[in-house]
Amino acid sequence: MSGLVWGVVWGLAAGVLIAIAALIGVWWERKFSGAIQMRIGPQELGPAGLLQTLADTVKLVLKEDIIPGRADVTVFRIAPLIVFAPIAMSLVVVPYAAGFAPLDTSVGILFFMAVPAVSVIGVMLAGWSSRNTYASIGGVRAAAQMISYELPRTLSVLPFVLLAGSMRPLDIVAAWQWWWVPLLAIGFVVYLISSVAELNRGPFDLPEAESELVAGYFADYSGIRWAIFMMAEYGGLLAAAVFGAALFFGPFSLLPGAAGVVLFVILSAVLATVMMWAKWTFPRMRPDQLMGVAWKVLTPMALVQLVLVGAVVPWL
Amino acid sequence: MPLDVESREAVETAEGEVVDELVVNVGPSHPSTHGVCRVIIHLDGEIVTRAEPVIGYLHRGIEKMAENRTYLQVVPLTDRLDYVGSMYSNWAYCRSVERLADIPVPERAEYLRVIVCELQRIASHMMAIGSNGADTGALTLFVYAFDQREHVVELFEELCGQRLTYNYVRPGGVSHDMPEGWADDVRAFTAAHRSALAEMDKLFFGNVITRGRLKGIGVLSADDAVAWGASGPVARGSGVNWDLRKHDPYSVYPRFDFDIPTGTDGDCYDRARVRLYECYESCRIIEQALAQMQPGPHRTEGLPRLIAPPPGDAYDHIESARGALGVYLVSDGSTRPYRMKVRSPAFCNLALLPTLAEGHMLSDLVAILGSLDPVFGEVDR
Repeated sequence: MSGLVWGVVWGLAAGVLIAIAALIGVWWERKFSGAIQMRIGPQELGPAGLLQTLADTVKLVLKEDIIPGRADVTVFRIAPLIVFAPIAMSLVVVPYAAGFAPLDTSVGILFFMAVPAVSVIGVMLAGWSSRNTYASIGGVRAAAQMISYELPRTLSVLPFVLLAGSMRPLDIVAAWQWWWVPLLAIGFVVYLISSVAELNRGPFDLPEAESELVAGYFADYSGIRWAIFMMAEYGGLLAAAVFGAALFFGPFSLLPGAAGVVLFVILSAVLATVMMWAKWTFPRMRPDQLMGVAWKVLTPMALVQLVLVGAVVPWL
Repeated sequence: MPLDVESREAVETAEGEVVDELVVNVGPSHPSTHGVCRVIIHLDGEIVTRAEPVIGYLHRGIEKMAENRTYLQVVPLTDRLDYVGSMYSNWAYCRSVERLADIPVPERAEYLRVIVCELQRIASHMMAIGSNGADTGALTLFVYAFDQREHVVELFEELCGQRLTYNYVRPGGVSHDMPEGWADDVRAFTAAHRSALAEMDKLFFGNVITRGRLKGIGVLSADDAVAWGASGPVARGSGVNWDLRKHDPYSVYPRFDFDIPTGTDGDCYDRARVRLYECYESCRIIEQALAQMQPGPHRTEGLPRLIAPPPGDAYDHIESARGALGVYLVSDGSTRPYRMKVRSPAFCNLALLPTLAEGHMLSDLVAILGSLDPVFGEVDR
């Protein structure tokens, strides 16, 4: 029973965390992309436009919930939640401090990699239930892309399991050594790139390619349902950033106590910013090129990393 | 053609196999149709098997409207032809009127026309390159290019008070002489523009993803370019060295030293790159023109308000940012044109879309359409 209460509490906490991360993330992305593009970005509402996203959210919540006449209504309604929920769930296994993760499970790595993959079903359903050619193409593209990038992404974190001898994120964080950073450099690059691709963010935003598919799988969504897709995107960005920061850079081992948590937050923000930076600098890839990168470049790189770590581990 | 398109169509392939194709209707209102183009695309998976442009959504009957206006009143109409490069339509029309009615043009006016048209070429190419970027997802390039375009538009605003439809070139000259200090502003712009071009070149054309997206896509052979009547950067991207400024010199262009950039492969990358290099050449022409310009009248004095050319016809063409833009005028001796016909380069270039897009992916189609740089005001007229 207490497990259930704990689960509900952390489920809500993850939702709130994502909502806050989305609010700040959207604001920061708009400011950051503004700086890249010689613009100012939001500035009217609140200090430095910080409340702009809140105002946008209120507007989105108040908007009419439009469901196209040709859509499959039930599936159309559920799809955004199927996209959002798994990403929110993945946040509970992340170590947020030394010795603390909301859900301390012995299969944490597996959980973090496998559960968000469920959201691809929601994306496909969204594309399919809209009964719109653009949305259908976007949904199918998304499915192909997310499944392809699962593999290099999972392979890129497997070296931790070899090095720490455990799939429990807390054990990995505890066993972290500074020389893991140079050793896992290839894996980190693979993790970062495949995380961006997994999130359908630029330069891998083919499923929602604005110039081709208008908005792809969520072309027919508006108001709060559209906002849930956006929340899922920023939630995924948050998850990728915090997980990467905690595992690859070991902030809790570098600095003890609260200082480690501060370092962890800073590192997460830097990782999220790097992922935004890529979006605002690079053009979009083509579907076949995207698959080529996943299977011909990232997967072999991740395998090389795995072999490298495998060769080092017996000497420890 | 009904607007409602069936989304599936059974098609027999060359091997006699019947397959289902997905029919996607792109446009007339779509982020990358550059206005109001509609393209019906037949898809086999992601591969385009057929792309059929449907034009006419911006048809306003400008050629017909011209028949009911005096020669001077037609100039503002020509602004609405190619609204990304209004100066060209103004000038092409005025050249035809001047040829028809034998109107002399002062030398200073010719220099001003060259300067505004080369500035217009920069503005138009910035729009084209920026759209190439937006079509392939590089939104930052789009903003950079539009920043440059904004500088040109501000210069035009200073010169004639308008930002889009200038009505600047008039039969017998131009509407305003340049204001004080304008020449220095233009010089400052061309200097800054060169470094901005270099930055865009590095940001976009040097990028490995851009090369992957644009190289080898929508290849147009030199023979095809000639056969289809392509002109401007579309033809020059295929290595056809044909530019009216050099090969049928008009105005004061023979006095300037400039090169015609040409591509080699005829793909989207070369077409876009040719536009970028043309901006450098335009800067060179503008600087030379400003140096050579002498004081004098900017329009022929004593021209009547109502021009009544002798009966006959005249055709004249100029090199616009999109290619050979020609205006054919027939006069019956009255104060209104009997017939006006515009030879639109954007229309001829757009006709290549089905040929170029076939066999490429849906993502490539928008890149190809962007690389042809159609402006629908001119296509539909």
